[in-house]
Amino acid sequence: MAGPKDYSIEELSGIAAQIRVDIIKMLEEAGSGHSAGPLGLADIFTALYFNILKHDPKNPDWPQRDILILSNGHCVPVRYATMAHVGYFPISELKTLRKFGSRLQGHPERLRLPGMETTSGPLGSGLSQACGMALALRMDSADHRWVYVVMSDGEQDEGNTWEAAMLASKYKLSNLIAITDRNNIQIDGPTETVMPLEDLHAKWEAFGWYVMEIDGNDIEAVIEAYHMAKAIVNQPVMILARTIPGKGVDFMEYDFHWHGKPPSHAEAKIALHEIRTLGGKIKGEHQ
Amino acid sequence: MTDIYLAHGKSVLEPIRKGFGRGLLEAGQRYDNVVAACADLTESTQMHMFAEAFPDRFVEVGVAEQNLVTVGAGLAAMGKIPFVSSYAAFSPGRNWEQIRTTICLNDQPVKVIGSHAGISVGPDGATHQMLEDIALMRSLPNMVVLAPCDSIEAAKATLAMAKDKRPNYMRLAREATPIITTAQTPFEIGKAYVFRPGEEVTIVATGTMTYQALEAAKILAKDRIEVEVIHAPTIKPLDESLIIKSAKKTGLVLTAEEGQIAGGLGGAVAELLSEHQPTRLFRIGMKDRFGESGEPDELLKHFGLDADHIAMSVHHLLMTHRKADRGE
Repeated sequence: MAGPKDYSIEELSGIAAQIRVDIIKMLEEAGSGHSAGPLGLADIFTALYFNILKHDPKNPDWPQRDILILSNGHCVPVRYATMAHVGYFPISELKTLRKFGSRLQGHPERLRLPGMETTSGPLGSGLSQACGMALALRMDSADHRWVYVVMSDGEQDEGNTWEAAMLASKYKLSNLIAITDRNNIQIDGPTETVMPLEDLHAKWEAFGWYVMEIDGNDIEAVIEAYHMAKAIVNQPVMILARTIPGKGVDFMEYDFHWHGKPPSHAEAKIALHEIRTLGGKIKGEHQ
Repeated sequence: MTDIYLAHGKSVLEPIRKGFGRGLLEAGQRYDNVVAACADLTESTQMHMFAEAFPDRFVEVGVAEQNLVTVGAGLAAMGKIPFVSSYAAFSPGRNWEQIRTTICLNDQPVKVIGSHAGISVGPDGATHQMLEDIALMRSLPNMVVLAPCDSIEAAKATLAMAKDKRPNYMRLAREATPIITTAQTPFEIGKAYVFRPGEEVTIVATGTMTYQALEAAKILAKDRIEVEVIHAPTIKPLDESLIIKSAKKTGLVLTAEEGQIAGGLGGAVAELLSEHQPTRLFRIGMKDRFGESGEPDELLKHFGLDADHIAMSVHHLLMTHRKADRGE
């Protein structure tokens, strides 16, 4: 795939729903892992892999590819599921998540899975690795390649994040586009209770970034934001994407307790039915 | 190797870090993919020559050591060979997890340079006297750990690192120390070298302590004690066969390093010998304590890291060793 293929927004929404189904199945099978974040990020990952990124699933090391960094490695189920759907590996492999011998480690590892650009999990270091990559592209005058970062709001508690924010601004890394999964939860509770982050928009702006705010569960808005971000020169771009943690599963939505646990078999059944019927709005495929 | 050392004697002094600076410049000239980043210590860590020669290949990250090594990991991911430098107390002192995850687990060929390591940093005091870096870096899978003994070797080590595909850590010292090797002295990552052959005692030394060990050997020679001095510029992977061979021959081994013996070279040699060649061992280095302000020579003496102390330790050990042999 030399460039993004044209999918309609409806098609992309359908793909995002399938990805959510697989996230639930993977986590249920694994018996551990994070639910809320990956579900909330399904629309962003669908937009990235099926529209924005220049990549080739059959040639993960394609030298002209764009780079996608997942900084908050615990959300990797959404990346695995999206990579499987876009053709990096068979969808059937998703059920090996977190199992012994699997390429799909609990937190992503570069050396285990082709197409996984970095190893991540410990928070706050994705953006700075992306800075290094963007600098390298600049040194090589590879102006046609982009570095995308997906990061969480909670990891902005980490000082390393802001060290990177300063560097990207200093070097005017306009080939770096970050998106924050602003879902307002972290393990111990709401972000604004654990360690208030707001005013995030003002913070990133003060650090010299071009900042956008969007609905991160609106695929069209995500795609538009990325297109606009690519038009910004002389500044790195931060897209603050408001997402609903646990999106698509009513009993998980907005509830920080689902940050770090998987659904039980019974819960998974309910969740899958809900995603497949879009919350009862349509008839499920197996009904 | 003895001759090489004696050819120089004690007269020529130069900080080890200067050799790194020259080596980096040369590596930059030889290899287009060599780049560098520094955390506000460009001249101190001797990166300034590279930075001036290759401004487009140099990144100044400010006082941000976590960012330093992760930016390095990103540069490496795109095919660069990044050298990233700060004081050892801060890098790898402050950013160990980032080195672990983004460099070692990621297996990126980032070259972490920890300057001003050891007690000989002197007046700056305990906060800046990095003593735990060898232990910190040695415990990381994929990481290579180097401690050259002089500026000439540091330049060679830097060029070798530029070609090495693994994550590397190299510790450097601040003070001017004697040049004890020449351009002809061999250097290869993973190899240790017999700098002075001897039959009775083995001293395995690294970094600045190799000079002290050689001086101790001279003192001991006057008392007709022939010490074998092995210089181990690579602490990981250790040159196991050379050390085992010497331990077999002498039956008595000392280690010498400017750092904590726990987990340092002393720890590495203790692990090696106790598994493969159980030998009486004495470790010279910092013994579970911090340093303090003072002049380098004063501190080396105070903490028992100078040639006199090493020689005294050898005397003492030989005495107890021989008594034990006689069954006393």
